[in-house]
Amino acid sequence: MGSDCCSSGAQELHVLAVDDSLVDRKVIERLLKISCCKVTAVESGSMALQYLGLDGETSNAVGFDALKVNLIVTDYSMPGMTGFELLKKIKESSKLKEIPVVVMSSENILTRIDRCLEEGAEDFLLKPVKLADVKRLTDFVLKGTVSKKNGSDVKNPKRKLLDDSSSSSADSALSSQSSPLSSDSESSPRLSSTHRCISKRARFSST
Amino acid sequence: MEVIGQLQKQYVDFVTSVYHEGFLDDQFLELQKLRDDSNPNFVAEVVSLFFDDSEKLINNLATALHQQVVDYKQVDAHVHQFKGSSSSIGANKVKNACVDFRSSCDLKNIEGCLACLQNVKREYYLVKSKLEILFRLEEQIMAAGGVVPMLA
Repeated sequence: MGSDCCSSGAQELHVLAVDDSLVDRKVIERLLKISCCKVTAVESGSMALQYLGLDGETSNAVGFDALKVNLIVTDYSMPGMTGFELLKKIKESSKLKEIPVVVMSSENILTRIDRCLEEGAEDFLLKPVKLADVKRLTDFVLKGTVSKKNGSDVKNPKRKLLDDSSSSSADSALSSQSSPLSSDSESSPRLSSTHRCISKRARFSST
Repeated sequence: MEVIGQLQKQYVDFVTSVYHEGFLDDQFLELQKLRDDSNPNFVAEVVSLFFDDSEKLINNLATALHQQVVDYKQVDAHVHQFKGSSSSIGANKVKNACVDFRSSCDLKNIEGCLACLQNVKREYYLVKSKLEILFRLEEQIMAAGGVVPMLA
């Protein structure tokens, strides 16, 4: 499985990973590095906000640009600030709200998933996180980044993921937690993502 | 070389049996994908962190359950953490033992919790000894100049 994707010219995403579990931090860090991401791993929501320059202190604009983060992956259940609270703070910040946030949890609680998605989370991953999950995420973020650079009209990358996933959602809507280990970036989503499609579709249907 | 071949076969047979007995699950196989030439000891490193984490959690649980007034929320928080880390490395039976433990916490049943703690400890020490054998076999293979077989 080496790092043959890290060829020159391939864009390297900078991911901020937030998890209070040392074991999980090590795993997510490796999953991301093997997917050619630069990773900064912190153990709490407050440390994440500090890193992002949003800790109530005078924000260091120059510092933030140097540390540009393309994706935030956070655990849900953490002591102190939960992943949900961290998500809220990020989405409330004019400086940070465009950064996609993905929430991870070992518990498949639909109300929890809905809350996070309603609050603006890009996706919700069930732990234990697999390589296929990370690949899907990074492919998605890269598409959004590349589209922006090319100036193409992908105004809402979230909508794109919704459309791609919803076309294959029917069969997997009630599938169990484990997803096929596919290398396609738009392969059948995990239950959580499918559920997201269902709930988001309901929201968008009125527009 | 015959020695390497024998060691490799021993390794594969051992992992297969541990997997089929339910001690380790698919997540352990997922972790194997994260090993490469630049990080050959990745799985051993993560599992080592798991061992350290688990010893602390077991101590914390024992302490919490022997308080005059047991704080079941705190106990549950420790078990939740244990369940998470065991799930992350694929220690299936430990994870299941933690699931049972959380049920006892919900019921605030002290005898149930104490029994569950014993069960979690038993499963933990069992999988620990198996993982230690596994890593020793890997070391022997590498010391003999061989490559550790990739697990499907």
